Amino acid sequence: MTDDSAAAGRVLPGADQWLARRRQDAGLRQYVVYMAAALIFGLFAVILRDDGFLTASNLLNIGRQAAPIAVMAVGMAFALAAAEIDLSVGSVAALSSLAAAEAVGSYGFVAGAAVALAVGAGIGLVNGVIAVKVRIPSFLVTLGMLGIVSGIARNLNNLQSLPIRNDAFLAVFGAGSVGPVSSLLIWTVVVGVIGHLVLHQLRWGRHVLSVGADRSAAAALGINTDRIRVTALMTSAAAASFAGVLLAGRLAIGRHDLGENLLLTVIAAVVIGGTNLFGGRASVAGAIAGSVVMAMLNNGLILMGLRVADQLIARGVIIILAVALSMREQKET
Amino acid sequence: MTGAAGTPALEVEGLCKSFRAVRALDRVALSLHYGRVTALLGDNGAGKSTLVKCISGVYAPDAGTVRVDGTVQAVASPEAARALGIETVHQTLAVIDPLDVVENLFLNREHTRGGRFGAWLGVLDKKRMRVESGEILSRLDIRIPSLRRSMSALSGGQRQAVAIGRAAAWGQQIVLLDEPAAALGVEQAARVLDLIRSLRDAGVAVLLITHNMDRVTDCCDRAVVLRQGRKTAEVDVGEVTKDDLVAYITGARTGDLGP
Repeated sequence: MTDDSAAAGRVLPGADQWLARRRQDAGLRQYVVYMAAALIFGLFAVILRDDGFLTASNLLNIGRQAAPIAVMAVGMAFALAAAEIDLSVGSVAALSSLAAAEAVGSYGFVAGAAVALAVGAGIGLVNGVIAVKVRIPSFLVTLGMLGIVSGIARNLNNLQSLPIRNDAFLAVFGAGSVGPVSSLLIWTVVVGVIGHLVLHQLRWGRHVLSVGADRSAAAALGINTDRIRVTALMTSAAAASFAGVLLAGRLAIGRHDLGENLLLTVIAAVVIGGTNLFGGRASVAGAIAGSVVMAMLNNGLILMGLRVADQLIARGVIIILAVALSMREQKET
Repeated sequence: MTGAAGTPALEVEGLCKSFRAVRALDRVALSLHYGRVTALLGDNGAGKSTLVKCISGVYAPDAGTVRVDGTVQAVASPEAARALGIETVHQTLAVIDPLDVVENLFLNREHTRGGRFGAWLGVLDKKRMRVESGEILSRLDIRIPSLRRSMSALSGGQRQAVAIGRAAAWGQQIVLLDEPAAALGVEQAARVLDLIRSLRDAGVAVLLITHNMDRVTDCCDRAVVLRQGRKTAEVDVGEVTKDDLVAYITGARTGDLGP
């Protein structure tokens, strides 16, 4: 192996350097997710050509399913960038869907979204403050919070779904569209653009990456690492709430389990998208592309006619493979 | 430069710091002067890095005072130290690998654009920071292949140069260097020493931790020796030999404790 590459270096002087620079500057890892998306799309287009994968309504359906995953993934990217993790996002989305449904009924559609976001930000604040002040890894804090929030959601309406009858809410956060473009797609793009700008153009985004890459170095430069970690966890929880709003809008209900099972899907989407699971590197565009990959997988496995049990197994295997591949790519740089 | 003539840039008195039962610093006094390089010497575990961390706000000392320009200051945090003009290059360099050179030079000192709202939001003025980074590096004669490179792509010497460049750029008064040339090649180490001399010539008060006696005699004016948390000697470098310094460090001799 090493002999071969050394020989190649002699034949093509500078080739190694060129390759190293390509890795450094562009980073193959940035493209892995897009290649994966194209590959899976192509694969399903061939295998499932008779099962309606390529129909407009199915592709639209994939987009609608990707939207809440993508919104959660963008938030999760910030938590991971800060070397934290938020395992409570699924249950936060579920509770938020209920909160939104409750508030919409009483106070209208703006209040519905606002209350849901406040619920998420509040849970994120509690997660963050406990992680920072009590010095418990966010992994454990948010795992506990996952249970607490799930329980609250189950108690809130006795496991019944809460219908939403506010047309404005359903149009803006669900079935509506601007021209041919679904409002869910628009929200995904809006969240993606905001997330990308925050990560790259705002001081806070750079500080999140710094704290995630090397917390003590960031502290030595005077960055308030506690504040950054808390706000990163608030971001992931608030994004999860908004995903809950979109789920509620799409299904016209709030329910105790909406989005609850999306945690693994979201983490996989973010990591496949090039965000480092252990902090310091994040890609918002990659997280969204990763979400599309995960939504396509879900959709394709269903179209294949797999039973739910087999879908679970297939999805688990694919997620482990995909994450393993993208993490190997990350380690090389 | 700044401050009245003869007033030390930084004056530390009676500094104590314990970690559980271990007395890391025991009533240490130290003064740094503008335009002079002071060496801080001592064996491993003598308390050198602890002293630097107390001055730079990383640790809170148990007792003692820190004066900057003759005024007692509470250096409660790294941010407070930086606000007082004290910049530090820690042993670990405190550079952020995934960020590029510009972002590292300006970390937590970012320029923003877009007026007051942009400042509140923290909208980065990347162009201005890039231009100023070029100026900082060329002023200090630091050569980096590209400002857009992430730190992880730089050599050890380049990383060190960026860390020192950052301290030099913001530390207009006081720069603390914790073994900045450790683990460097001969040529790179020489360049770091050039950097330290140019800081001194610009009137900055420099504290240099090192284990290398050649560097002490090369570019330091005064040397302070710590041993087991206490100051055991303070001498003018011109008046002693390298062997004397080693003897102070190992405890074979105790020296003049200075004024």
